[in-house]
Order: sequence, then C-alpha cells, then structure tokens
Amino acid sequence: MNPVRRRRLLWVLLLVVAAGIATTLVVFALQRNVAYLYTPAEVLRGETGERARFRLGGMVEKGSFQRTPGSLEVHFKVTDGDALLPVVYNRILPDLFREGQAVVATGTMKDGVFVAEDVLAKHDENYMPKEVADKMGMAHKKHDVQAPAAATEQR
Amino acid sequence: MLPELGQVALILALLIAGLQAVLPLAGAQRGKSGWMAVARPAAYAQLFLVLGAFVVLTVAFVTQDFSVKYVADNSNSLLPMVYRYTAVWGAHEGSLLLWTLVLAVWNAAVAEFSRGLPERVIARVLGVIGLISLGFLAFLIFTSNPFVRLLPAPLEGRDLNPLLQDVGMIIHPPMLYVGYVGFVVPFAFSIAALIDGSVDARWLRWTRPWTNIAWGFLTIGIALGSWWAYYELGWGGWWFWDPVENASFMPWLAGAALLHSQAVTEKRGSFRGWTLLLAIAAFSLSLLGAFLVRSGVLTSVHAFAADPSRGLFILIFLGLVIGGSLVLYVLRVPRLEQGAPFTANSRETLLLANNVLLTCACAMVLLGTLYPLLADALGLGKISVGPPYFGLLFLLLMTPLVLLLPFGPLTRWQREEMSRPLRMLAPWAVLALVLGVIAYFTAPQGKWKTAAGIATAAWVAFGTLRFLWSRFKSKGNRFTAEMLGMTLAHGGIAVFLIGALLVEGLNVQRELAMTPGQSERIGRYSFRYEGVDELQGPNYLATRGHVQVFRGDQPLVLLNPEKRAYASGGQVMSEVGIYPGVFGDVYVALGESLGGQARAVRIHIKPFVRWIWLGAGLMALGGFVTATDRRFRKSENK
Repeated sequence: MNPVRRRRLLWVLLLVVAAGIATTLVVFALQRNVAYLYTPAEVLRGETGERARFRLGGMVEKGSFQRTPGSLEVHFKVTDGDALLPVVYNRILPDLFREGQAVVATGTMKDGVFVAEDVLAKHDENYMPKEVADKMGMAHKKHDVQAPAAATEQR
Repeated sequence: MLPELGQVALILALLIAGLQAVLPLAGAQRGKSGWMAVARPAAYAQLFLVLGAFVVLTVAFVTQDFSVKYVADNSNSLLPMVYRYTAVWGAHEGSLLLWTLVLAVWNAAVAEFSRGLPERVIARVLGVIGLISLGFLAFLIFTSNPFVRLLPAPLEGRDLNPLLQDVGMIIHPPMLYVGYVGFVVPFAFSIAALIDGSVDARWLRWTRPWTNIAWGFLTIGIALGSWWAYYELGWGGWWFWDPVENASFMPWLAGAALLHSQAVTEKRGSFRGWTLLLAIAAFSLSLLGAFLVRSGVLTSVHAFAADPSRGLFILIFLGLVIGGSLVLYVLRVPRLEQGAPFTANSRETLLLANNVLLTCACAMVLLGTLYPLLADALGLGKISVGPPYFGLLFLLLMTPLVLLLPFGPLTRWQREEMSRPLRMLAPWAVLALVLGVIAYFTAPQGKWKTAAGIATAAWVAFGTLRFLWSRFKSKGNRFTAEMLGMTLAHGGIAVFLIGALLVEGLNVQRELAMTPGQSERIGRYSFRYEGVDELQGPNYLATRGHVQVFRGDQPLVLLNPEKRAYASGGQVMSEVGIYPGVFGDVYVALGESLGGQARAVRIHIKPFVRWIWLGAGLMALGGFVTATDRRFRKSENK
C-alpha cells in the first residue's frame, strides 16, 4: 500500500470510529433525556410502563384546584375527558395557569398521585400545545363532545 | 385606500423579483449584457416598493386603522405609541413583511457594493437573490397578506400579545432577520460559483465581509432574544433549548463554521467545495428556522406566531431551495480545483477540526429539534427532547473546540512544528489550570462547573492575548482589522464561558411563600417582603410587590416585581425586579397570591449572568470589525 493510500485509509477508519462513537452517544443521550407525553386515561391504563418520569397533558378540571393556605403546595386534577388524575405541585405556578385550561406537567407517579416537578401552562389565551390538543381531540371524539380548538392558530 | 396601495406595491415587487430572477440568470448563460443589466435596477426598485408597503402598514398601526385585519388583531387603542411601531412585526404577517424588507435591503446592498465583480458573476448572484425574494413575496401575498381588510371595521382591536410589549422585542426580530437573511449573500455566491464551475479567490474575498456582518447581526439577535427571555418570562433562565431558539442557533453554528472555512479557502484555496456547501447549509438552516417557527409543527414558547396551513408553502419552498442547491452541488463540485496541499500539523487542520466540531454541534441540535417530529411521524409516541440531551452533547463537542482554540491563530499555514505553539502556550495552560483549581476550592457550590468556567475562560483569554503579544513583538508584521476582529470574537468566547458556566455553577434559586414583614436570608443577601399594592398602567392593571434587598445588614435596593393583567384578553404577565451588576444580578419575580397576605416569591442570585450577553456582543463586534479589513475593499479595484 502506498503512503497516500495508507493515509487515506487511516482517515476513513478514523471517521468511521468517530461516527460510531457519535451515534452511540447520541442514541444514549436521546434515550435518557426524552420525555413521553401521556393523558390521565393512558396513565391509569398503565401505558406509561416502566417510565418513572413522564409528561402529563390535559385540562385542569374545573373546581379541583386546592391550595394549602399560606404555602406553595397545590393540589389539582388533570382530565382528558375520560379520566381524572390528581396532581400535587410545590413550586410557583405559571402566570397562565387556570382551571379549565390546558396544562403540561413533568413529574413522577407516587401512590396514585402525580408529583409534578414542573408545570407549563399555555403561553396564550387560546393556545394549547398541539400534542395535547391532538390527544384530547381523540378522547373527545369517542364521547362525541366538541374538542377544544387546537389553537396553534394565531390568537 | 392606503392599505390597497401597500398591496399593489407588494404585487409590483413580486413581478420585479420575477424579472430579477429570470433575466440576469438567462443573460449570464447566453452572454447577453442587456439582460444582465436588469439585475441592479430591479434590486433598487424592489427595495423601494417593499419599503413602501412596510411604511403603509406602519401608518395603519400608528393611525389605528382597525379596518385592516392584521392591525385589528394586533393592536388596541390603549396600546402605547412606541409599541404601535413594533406591533408591525408582532405577528406572522408583519414579521414576514419585515423579513422581505430585510431581504430587499440586502439585495440592494449587494447591487450597490458589487461594482468590482465581473458582470456575469454579479448577474448570477443577484438572479439567485431574486429567486429567493420571489419565493418570499409569493408567500407573503398568497398566504399571509397583512393588508386584508376587515369590514365592517371593529371599534376596538384585540391588542398586541403582552409578551411582546417590551423594549427587547423592538430590536430582537429585526436583528435576527438581518442575520438570517444576510446568509443569502454567501448562498447566492455559492450557487453562482457552482453554475460557473469555478471559485475565484477574488470573488470569495468579496463575500467574506458579508458573511461576517450577517453572522454578527445574528449573534446580536440571538443574544437579545436570550436577554429578553431572561427578564420577561420570569423563569430566570437565559437559554431553554426551545425549538425556536434552536432554529436560530443552527444557522449561527453553520455560519461560524462558514466564517472560518471561507478564510481558509480565500487564503490557501483549500476547502473550496466545503465552503460552498456550508454557505448553502447556513442559508438553508435559516429557511428551516423560518419553517419551524412559522408552521407550528413544534411546541414552543413562540407558538403564538404559528399557523399550520402556511407550513406547507414554506416546506415546498425549502425543498426546492435545498434540493435544487444540493443537486447543483453534486453535479458541479467535482470540477473545482484543489487548493494548496497541507500537512496534518498546520493551521488548516486546526480549522478543519473547528469546522467538524461546529458542524457536528449543528447536526446534534438539528437532530434534537426534529426528533419529536420524527418520532411522532413514526408512531413512537409524543415526546420531547429535554435540555440534558443538548447540554451533554454540547459539553462533549465544545470542550475540544475550546481547548484547541488558542492554537489556531498561533499555528502556521501548511506546515508547522507543533512543539512551537505548544511551547508558547504551555505556561498559560498551567496558569489556567491553577486558576481552575483555586476556583474549585473557593466555590461554595457547583465546584466542577465553576472550575471549568474559570479554567476554560482563562485558557482562551490567555491564548488570545499570547497571539496579540507575538503579533506586536514581531516587526514588519502588520496588525490587520481581520486579526483584531478575530481577537475580539475569541475574547468574547472567553467572556461568554465565564458567564454561562459560572451562572450554571453558582446560581441560587428559591421559591418561597412570604408574608409581609417576613425576611429570608440567601447567601450574603437577605430579602424582606413588604407586601403588594395596585398600579394602573396604560393598558394593564399591575399588582406590584415590594421586596427590600439587603447585602449583609446594609439596605441595597427596593425591588418592585409586578404581575400585570392586561385589559384586553385578561392575560397576566410577570415583570421581574432585577438589581443588575457586573458580577451578578439579584432577580425577584412575584408569584401568585397564596391566600390571605401570603405571596409566592421567586428569588434568584445569578453571578456573572451579564457576561453571557457581553461575550455575545464581543463576538458580534469581532464579526463587524473583521468585515472592515482593507483587504476586502482593495480587491475590488484589481
């Protein structure tokens, strides 16, 4: 093998190894840091499987919001039209958090209660995260109720 | 009447863009001077017409003409005057008009400052910009017309999204767009070079300042967006790896790679094909960013500006631009000549490493951003990719980049004894390490991050200063604007590293339930909550909190974070109270009422957070200074 070829082969090998390491790392990083979104009905059916940490999406059930007076701790229920899931949260709620509005919470299940580490409300009066709207649209179709508008539309 | 004039202006601009696209390109192919000469006047005419349309829309906002649907949707009689101007680009239609205007400005600027280039080259460059302009004008007129009437006219408009009623919002989008759109110049140049089948060093020298300026503006735009998110969203973060942030970050990374690769190609003739490809990538990623932001396919903080029906148009446009350029690239690139050979130990190799790392980082961001879309399409469930993914991969890719950075400017082109730059830098590496170790043992928390921040920032700063010193020491070597620009930008990276890593390591965040009179001690600061009062703003009612901050026992400042309820729509926004400082901010945001007198209060202490934006500012300045280098201007007369 002449030196030029040998050097070229070395470069190709190096590239393959680098690409391999990169792919492994990316797959590893993606697997560990991806959060799946479920609705309360899916959680109660046990679809979350072994995933300890996931995102819960749905509407805040009207009349379910309760605050432990004088503290940050709040309890509310999230609904997708089919099922209710109690949620507890111990940090500051986002400005746009309301009963009857869409919410996405990240956290874990503990004794039948979803312990949220992070709660996101919509950023706009009519905005609902598209993924939540999609999933709730499915739930609502089953019951023949009108689904809330998937308001990715401009105000 | 006026809005119709705006509409007519846009339609005329569309026709002229069509002319600018077709005639010069065909003329260049057939060697017809008359056809090629159309390009310049067409560029000026487009600027005139689009600017006219933009002024018309601004007038409609200032005079509150609610018979224009876009004005009625995004303005309100209570809206303060300054926001009436900025509301022009507060939503989709207007921001697209701004984008088109910026494109028209770049177009006219290329027409004006390209006198030294051969006729055929400039005809092709302007022809390609004409094609892009045609696409955007068609998009504007057919899917997002800002001049649509709403009859009968409503008496009151719906108001501008309160998030956007802010100073940062006035300048953030224009800066960002100037950057995004500016990459059209290297892109058009690449296409012209590919059609021609050769890359002349002279033309390349001509495009370099354009890339540098566009990248500088993009840097400012991104930094402003980050700063705005920091004080407006009330979460205290400065970067969220949100899809829309990523959309602006990808062209930035590709642009940073392009700057370096262009320098190699211009000076040494190497990396020709790669430079052309990067120029195509940078602009394509800008278009992809526009698609992601505008189509609403991804959940994001910025989703208020989205509409799925428009996504298809951009997607097709994107497909044509990227597909077309890549096909042309594959057909033509084998014809390009090779540059001067170089060995493994050379500045070329180091810049190659820079490019590989920046491009990989860009690809990682792209993957993380699009993965939720892919997973959804493949039925893998609704997922989101969290910040830890980006954080981990960035750490892996940026560490070697930062470690290699000081070697680049000190290493010779083509062939180098690596022991020479190693000898120059070794003492400084030791000093940087020592500083890192000291930081590790003195930091109260986040020891690793703080130590890494100090050590890497010192390493980059010392390495850059070492380069300056060797320049001044050697006689006969001129110190050019290009070198100054590089020094500033690399210094900016050092400053940025301090900000980003120290705030990660040393940030203190507390969420508290406080009653009036209650005090809370955090680090060397203490905070006394003194209650809230009501405050009537022009178009909102604010609940204003009073938080007295003490440093030690001395009163430092009274912060007044607010919660504003906007009159129209009832949206509530936070307005944080910040005590800014060079060495750190004290940041207080008001939460909800907790019943009775109690309030939720969020307190952050953010050391060195301002260095993040200061560093970005230095990088941008570096880009601008580089663009003023005499060499770039001299070449025109040769």
